[in-house]
Amino acid sequence: MTITHDIKSNRLLDVEIIDNFSDMNLPLTDKQVLVASERCLFCHDAPCIDACPTGINIPLFIRKINTGNAHGAAKEILSANVLGGSCARVCPTETLCEQACVRNSCEQAPVEIGRLQRYAVDHLDKELPYPFTRATESGKHVAIVGAGPAGLSCAHQLARNGHQVTIYEAANKSGGLNEYGIALYKLVDDYAQKEVDFVLEIGGIEIKYQQALGRDVSLNQLRENHDAVFIGIGMSDVNALNIPGEECVGVEDAVAYIRDLRQENSLANLPVGRRVIVIGAGMTAIDIAVQSKKLGAESVTIVYRRSMSAMGASIHEQELALKNGVKFICNAQPKQILGDDSGISKMEFNRTELNESGKLITTDEIISLECDVVFKAIGQKFEGSPLGTTDKPALDKRGRIAVNENYQTSVPDVFAGGDCINGKDLVVEAVDHGNKAALAIHQQLSSSTSPQQKQL
Amino acid sequence: MKSTANRSNTNLACEFIGIKSINPFWLASAPPTDKAYNVVRAFEAGWGGVVWKTLGEDPAPINVSSRYGVHYGQNRQVVGFNNIELITDRPFQVNLDEITQVKKDWPDRVIIVSLMVPCEEESWKKILPPVEATGADGIELNFGCPHGMPERGMGAAVGQVPEYIEMVTRWCKQYCSLPVIVKLTPNITDVRKPAEAAWRGGADAVSLINTINSITSVNLETMSPEPSVDGKGTHGGYCGSAVKPIALSMVSEIARNPETSSLPISGIGGVSNWRDAAEFISLGASNVQVCTAAMLYGFTIIDDLCDGLSDWMEKKGYKNISDFSRMAIPNTTDWKHLNMNYKRIAHINEDACIQCGRCFAACEDTSHQAILKTGDVDNRKYTVIDEECVGCNLCEITCPEPNAIVMKDIDTGEPHLSWLHHPENPYREEQ
Repeated sequence: MTITHDIKSNRLLDVEIIDNFSDMNLPLTDKQVLVASERCLFCHDAPCIDACPTGINIPLFIRKINTGNAHGAAKEILSANVLGGSCARVCPTETLCEQACVRNSCEQAPVEIGRLQRYAVDHLDKELPYPFTRATESGKHVAIVGAGPAGLSCAHQLARNGHQVTIYEAANKSGGLNEYGIALYKLVDDYAQKEVDFVLEIGGIEIKYQQALGRDVSLNQLRENHDAVFIGIGMSDVNALNIPGEECVGVEDAVAYIRDLRQENSLANLPVGRRVIVIGAGMTAIDIAVQSKKLGAESVTIVYRRSMSAMGASIHEQELALKNGVKFICNAQPKQILGDDSGISKMEFNRTELNESGKLITTDEIISLECDVVFKAIGQKFEGSPLGTTDKPALDKRGRIAVNENYQTSVPDVFAGGDCINGKDLVVEAVDHGNKAALAIHQQLSSSTSPQQKQL
Repeated sequence: MKSTANRSNTNLACEFIGIKSINPFWLASAPPTDKAYNVVRAFEAGWGGVVWKTLGEDPAPINVSSRYGVHYGQNRQVVGFNNIELITDRPFQVNLDEITQVKKDWPDRVIIVSLMVPCEEESWKKILPPVEATGADGIELNFGCPHGMPERGMGAAVGQVPEYIEMVTRWCKQYCSLPVIVKLTPNITDVRKPAEAAWRGGADAVSLINTINSITSVNLETMSPEPSVDGKGTHGGYCGSAVKPIALSMVSEIARNPETSSLPISGIGGVSNWRDAAEFISLGASNVQVCTAAMLYGFTIIDDLCDGLSDWMEKKGYKNISDFSRMAIPNTTDWKHLNMNYKRIAHINEDACIQCGRCFAACEDTSHQAILKTGDVDNRKYTVIDEECVGCNLCEITCPEPNAIVMKDIDTGEPHLSWLHHPENPYREEQ
């Protein structure tokens, strides 16, 4: 067994890497916006609105763009989704609003809702007053754990309703996955931080950094010192392959690598394997594969145990990977990784197939791939220990925090949203959770009666 | 010149008040016909004729800078625009020399000379002979220009007074042997009156419409109407596709009027394609004049105008323009003669429906609540409630899909019944 351990920095020149990681989708020009917005039919009871988790009034904002009222369009978007700018960039619109667009039926081409939304939010007129005002100070104080999309949207809504908000954030920066998890070429120019600044401009929101739940602050402390708590801490743990060789040097967690990449000022410094294998089939798998390629990996192969069509990543995402030279191998179940403390040399897979009853079974056929790095991108999981031991919210069957339709946990004054509860794990969905939880918290704080927990 | 204009079975060549033209498409008197250079390019492209931009007495007027204002549609398509240009700003003799030369070089093409001089007999008596000497095929009296010139007692200032029209037309017929076309302004209440005046004065034909009084937009930064001339604006003459419906109606009124029904008409106003031309001709025009479409796209649109019209005629079995001229006139009537027993209702073709719901919004909010919305989020279904539908066509108009909503005739079994004879008409005429 030869271990090449071919992992090194500076596989590409700085200029090449800067070019590779520049904005994937260029903004629409004014003229393109005119054409794109004119295609919107201003549907009655528009399907795109239903398809948007935050229910943005899409036809209305597009009409406003078309009439030259981009600021009004931005207000329309942001009032429903204060992170409308990042959602416009990172949403899988091809499976949400744009999939629902009626223009697909005859022309096979939806209105470019995502790019129009980006145009609108980018054209919010900074010379005009901040588009949101705070209600009269309520005297209530809400703690939010996690300054990610769910926490930020919840904080903004609560602040609009006059409540004081303190956000406890474990990291050094706010933004959550927008700052640490989204592929760089989807969210360039430090956009996540600019967006956070916009959220905070409402006033009444304080962020405390390096305050991890269960480490620096406990849920019980937060409950004691605040009128309500919202938990939006995402998923801090990753699934394991549970195969021999997983502990070898060169086997990496994709989420951790992306987090490092997002915070690296000089991307060429990042160590990159010559031959990279990515295990997984979701957005993270696509992201780490494409980014590895963009950093100069010679070959990148995504290996998935099921078929291409069963992948969590949309066809649009799969095409993005193919366009960047990523290879796919389907129907291959990880068997073992061959390597040692100095590195890895190859990974073996069992060929899989569907049996007569449609169940995935492994066969004896072995597929062997040479590699220098294996990225695990087979899903994250919620780590419950930060919730503490006493009076902690109950978890659901999938091991995430259980909530009712008001995003209220089993602890009446504790609410939760985003990836730490069950869902599709999308930024836009997290924003929706934050919005709705804020409404429920506001109602609870506004009512004179003590919080009553609804049936889970 | 493309051969498409002259197919074996159809012939676009036509005669208008004795003037032979290779096709029914002339360029209207306007900037595209201001000088020989443009006119020669038009003839090279295949236009049948031009009405040379209006000549007047020397000294020629001076034009301002910033001359056109636009009315855009949603996607920057030009719905219409207006102009504040005056008649030709070149010396009279320069124009005459060029007309003479171009006519000599292009004997098979029509040149009509547009004229506008003060409403005095001497002025007309003086200008007509030199114009006739150019060899031009006819003259067109510009009684329609709505901007600038009326302030000097010319253009629409004449066209709005039938007595002046009659008087000047008579002078022209007296002092000139060329056919006289009187160009009418739409900026009046009843276009039949000036047409009748032209007829009485001996006009060989009328042409209409000239442009419409308009302000296309206001610049909200400077609070100046467009086109803005150093921060100030004035009304201009509106033209282009947007004015076609107004022009069609006015042409048909003259064609339907017993007093003027035998007066030949040159149709003008938003003619942009062969179909528009066919519509003008079916409503009473013998040929058409085009300006705005050429100003927006250039002279090469003549190819589609000829080709499209010719193919359509071929399919319909019309050999000549005159075969379908005025064919829509018998079907153009007064409201009181319409059949009250006729019934049509909308039908939504579910297979072609893209579920945008525009028909529902339009009918529910602004019409007769005759569309039913059923289904669910994933499959919206819109159907017409036959009993509630009055056949107004609004849903069909708002529908973005050409075949998703069709209006269907319903056989009521009732005989033709007009308002004149309707039982609910207190002043009904007994049959």
